[in-house]
Parts: sequence; structure tokens; C-alpha cells
Amino acid sequence: MWAFIKKEFFHIFRDYRSMVILFGMPVVMVLLFGFAITNDINNARVGILDHSKDVVTREIIQKLLSSGYFKLEAYLESNEEIRRLFEQGRVKEVVVFEPDFARKMEERRGASVQVILDASEPNTANMLSSYTTGIINTYTLRHMKQQMKIPVSIQVESRMMYNPEAKSVYMFVPGVITILLMLVSAMMTSISITREKEQGTMEALLVSPLRPVQIILGKVVPYVLLSFINLIVILLLARYVFLMPVQGSLPLLLGESLLFIMMSLALGILISTVSKTQQQAMLLSMFALMLPTILLSGFIFPVENMPLILQWISHLMPSKWFIVIVKSIMLKGTGLAYFWKETLIILVMTLFFVGLSVKKFKIRLG
Amino acid sequence: MNNRKKIIGVSHLVKKFGNFTANDDLNFEVFKGEIFGFLGANGAGKTTAIKILCGLSSPTSGTVMVAGWDVGKFPDRVKERIGYMSQRFSLYNDLTVKENFRFYGGIYGLSASAIKERTAYFLKKLEMEQTRDVVLSKIPLGWKQKLAFSVAIMHDPQVVFLDEPTGGVDPITRRQFWELIYETAHQGTTVFVTTHYMDEAEYCERVSIMAEGRIVALGTPAQMKENYNARTMNEVFVKIAR
Repeated sequence: MWAFIKKEFFHIFRDYRSMVILFGMPVVMVLLFGFAITNDINNARVGILDHSKDVVTREIIQKLLSSGYFKLEAYLESNEEIRRLFEQGRVKEVVVFEPDFARKMEERRGASVQVILDASEPNTANMLSSYTTGIINTYTLRHMKQQMKIPVSIQVESRMMYNPEAKSVYMFVPGVITILLMLVSAMMTSISITREKEQGTMEALLVSPLRPVQIILGKVVPYVLLSFINLIVILLLARYVFLMPVQGSLPLLLGESLLFIMMSLALGILISTVSKTQQQAMLLSMFALMLPTILLSGFIFPVENMPLILQWISHLMPSKWFIVIVKSIMLKGTGLAYFWKETLIILVMTLFFVGLSVKKFKIRLG
Repeated sequence: MNNRKKIIGVSHLVKKFGNFTANDDLNFEVFKGEIFGFLGANGAGKTTAIKILCGLSSPTSGTVMVAGWDVGKFPDRVKERIGYMSQRFSLYNDLTVKENFRFYGGIYGLSASAIKERTAYFLKKLEMEQTRDVVLSKIPLGWKQKLAFSVAIMHDPQVVFLDEPTGGVDPITRRQFWELIYETAHQGTTVFVTTHYMDEAEYCERVSIMAEGRIVALGTPAQMKENYNARTMNEVFVKIAR
């Protein structure tokens, strides 16, 4: 048994490619999602067309540019320039102040600002629009209070719970953990088991006094360890590179991850029983596990926004439930009481897949 | 012949898959130190029978005794006492020669010192000591085949099953391989071998020929050639298969 596990580690460390996948992936993925693929908007280029050029507009412009969200690309002189600027792709947003802005405000006739956005990237446009509106509203409220002493009845103050700066890394890290645990556990085990089949060494193992359970365990134990190492690497990266702490209990997080790893391993064994070659195992893991995990688990696209049918399908994805758990522990710092349902679902799925794969494994022998 | 110890005893072995009968009432015995050739065309039921003999599959009815144990009831006991090498090469290409020996030795429960000693013994016998730390993928097929055989008999099994051991190997290496088989049998290990090469069948002490799930001929190569009025085993095989 020990000899078996040692041998398995030899396989992994000798195989340059799997080493790269195993240890390069977590780092690359976290850094990619953390830095490059981000929904956060910083320094969006903006054009400003100020027909009024008075104290008030200058103050508002000042507020916009000092917010950190916008960077001034150009001051425009005429409406004609707006189109050109967008066509050249030089700006994401143009803010237009009407003439006599300050005077209209003072006379309480209501002054208007026009915000024009490049909506070829709808998400960015939406966010920019709300940032701009927010900044202008804040300014006018304060301005009215100060200048005209009008008590303002409604004032909206929003506070982002669990992620005060609305950083998207906070959303990606749980997803990356889920994907990687699944990738390493399911894909790597299914590939390594089918490799034994291809090479004919599986026969030799089956004829040996080792029991099937021992063979499976020997295959699986190294990947449990590697998955754990990966998990810790990701958590460290999240903590020290992206300053994202784990709010809840770390042992609980590790425990839940172990459960999820076991489920993925069972899936990997299941895949290996139905595929004949390594390529087949890899494709199956990719299409049956990875893609749905990325697309349907709520990792990138919120499940609530999907059509009903896809929502049902997403309920069948173990990763969806696991992401909920990881988010709860890492961001909200809540305990088992808040996600025992999700845990139970994964537990049931684990038992189901383990049972199914053991049964399949036996059938193949008989 | 009957004074020798019986290693394999098969009586009324039947194996059915649904309506299909793969093995239909097989009866034969193999003795200690014997080289037994197990022949038959593809699909004749050879593989099914070998799987049952090795404890990978259980018979539908009948008894199969291997190395003193009933395979149907105690497959684990049997597995400890047999060796197995298949046509599809069964060592690990990304491990070194030494590591392969160590791994299989470990699986069969040999002690570290025993593994060391056996590894040294086989490498010396094969004159391959210089390849100890070479990764297997860099070694020619013929050598690998001989290594695989050595690994299969490393734990001193009572019987070793060779499933088309010389597939894809050149004639000279095949010759050398058979010398290894002779030596092993001479030392008291029973060799149970399947092959498609009829010249190899001539080397066996006794052979059985299967067709459509039954054993249609069983005896020494000489007897068979006489019974079927043939000059070579090849002719015997062709006459039976037809």
C-alpha cells in the first residue's frame, strides 16, 4: 500500500506536464482572475464637455476625477467631437454640462448633466454610469444643504457588507478554489487510472494480491494531498497578494474542502471506468465537469439570472453548493449552522458517486 | 506424469455471460514444473479462462483449483501464489528498472532486503546490471519483456501465467525468452502460456487447443501431430480450427 502511494508520487513528479498543471495552475489562475479578469473599474478614460465652465461644474469635475474611477482623457469643445472620440475608442464615457449650469441651480430651475457611455461593454457602461450618478448626487446633496439650508429628507447611504470595496477577487477566489480542487482531483485521477489501463499495468495490479479498494486508495491518496497543498497555496495568495482574509473558521473550510475533494475523486474514478484512453478521460473531465463548473456554478454568472432550466441544472452541480459554502466561510465568517443544507447536499452527492464508482469498478472486473 | 504435484485442477468449468457460453465444460490439469501451452483462435474463450484461473472473474459453475486453493472461493489466496505477465506490457515506463522491481515486490509483500536481493539476482542473470537506474521507456522492447517476466516471478510463485508474452518481439529475443521459461520451469515453477506462434507451441510439454469455448484437443505436441496426421503444430492447429 505504501509502495503504491510512493510509486504514484514518482509518476507525478516524473511527469513534467502534470507537475506544471498541478502547481502552475493555482498560481496562474488566481493571479489571472485577481489582476487581469477583473470587474473592478479603475481609471476609466473620460471626456468632458463643459458648456458652462463655472464654479459648480468645476467642482463636480474635480470630484469625478479625484474619485479614482475616472481619468481625464480630453476636454471637448463641441458636440461634434463626442462621436469622434467614441469612434476612436479613446473614452468610455463623456460627461456634458449644459450652459449656465451654476445659475440654473441657484435659481432652482434644475440643471442637467448628460452622461454618454460606450455600451459595447455593457457591464462597464452600467458601472460607470452608476459611479457618475453617485458622485454627482452626493455633490448636489451637500451643495444644497450648504447653500440653501434645505433639509433633505431622503439620503441613501449604501454599505457593501463582507466586501466593502466590492473587489472582484473576493468573488473569484472561492470559484478558483472550486475549479482547481475539481480539476486536480477528478481530472488527474481519471487520467492516471486510465493510463494504467492503457499501459496494461492495471491488469497486473488486479492480478496481484492488492484488493480493488487498495488500488483505488493508492491512486487517490496522493491527489488528496496535492489538492490540499493547492488549496493552501491559493489561500496564501489570496491572503498576502490580494489581502483577502478568511473571516470564518479555517479548520471548517479545510474540512468542507476535504468533503468536496472526496466527491471530485469519486467523479474521477467514475470517469475512468467509462473511458478507455487518457484523452477520453481528459475530454470527459473537461466537458462534463470543468465547463459546467465554470459556467453554471454561479462562479462568473449569477445563477439567479439564468433561465429556469439552467437554474435547475445548476442545482445538480456540486460545485454550486461548494462555492456557497466557501463564500460563507471566507467572506461572511459564518459557521456550519448557516450552510448545513449545502454541506448535506454535497455529502449525499459524495456518497452517491462513491457508491456508483465502486459498483462500476466491480462490474468491470466481473 | 501423475506422480508430479498437481498445481492447476479444472473440472467442469462453465462461464456464461447472459446467453453466451464463453467456457463450456473445461477439464484439465497442470503439474508442477510443467510448461503448459494454452492455444486457441481469438474469441475461443482463452482469455475468459485465464481470468478465472487468476481470480479476476468467478466461474458460473464447476471448480477451479490453483496452487492448492479454490479460486472461486479464495481468490486472494490464489493471487498471492501466482505470477502474471500479459502481452500488453505490464511495467511502468516512467519508473526506473529498480523502481519497478521495488514496486511489484512491495505489492507482493516482499521485505526490502528480499526485494534488493531478488533485483540483483535477476539483473545479473539477464546481464542488465547497468540498466538498474535507467527509466524503462529508454530500454528496448525485448529487454523490457524479459524484465517483465522476471518481475512476474520475483515473488517465487507456484505458477506463472504468460498471456502472449512474446507478441511483437524479434525471433532472437523470443528464443532467449523461451530459454528463460525453460529455466524457470526447471526450477519448479509451472508455466501456463498462451501464444499465437505455433513454433512456440512445439516447445511446450503439453498443449490444449480451444475452439468455441471447448477444449478440443489436449496432449503432448508429439501425440497431437500423430493424432491429426500432421508434420507441425501449425498444421494441427489449422485442421482443428477448421
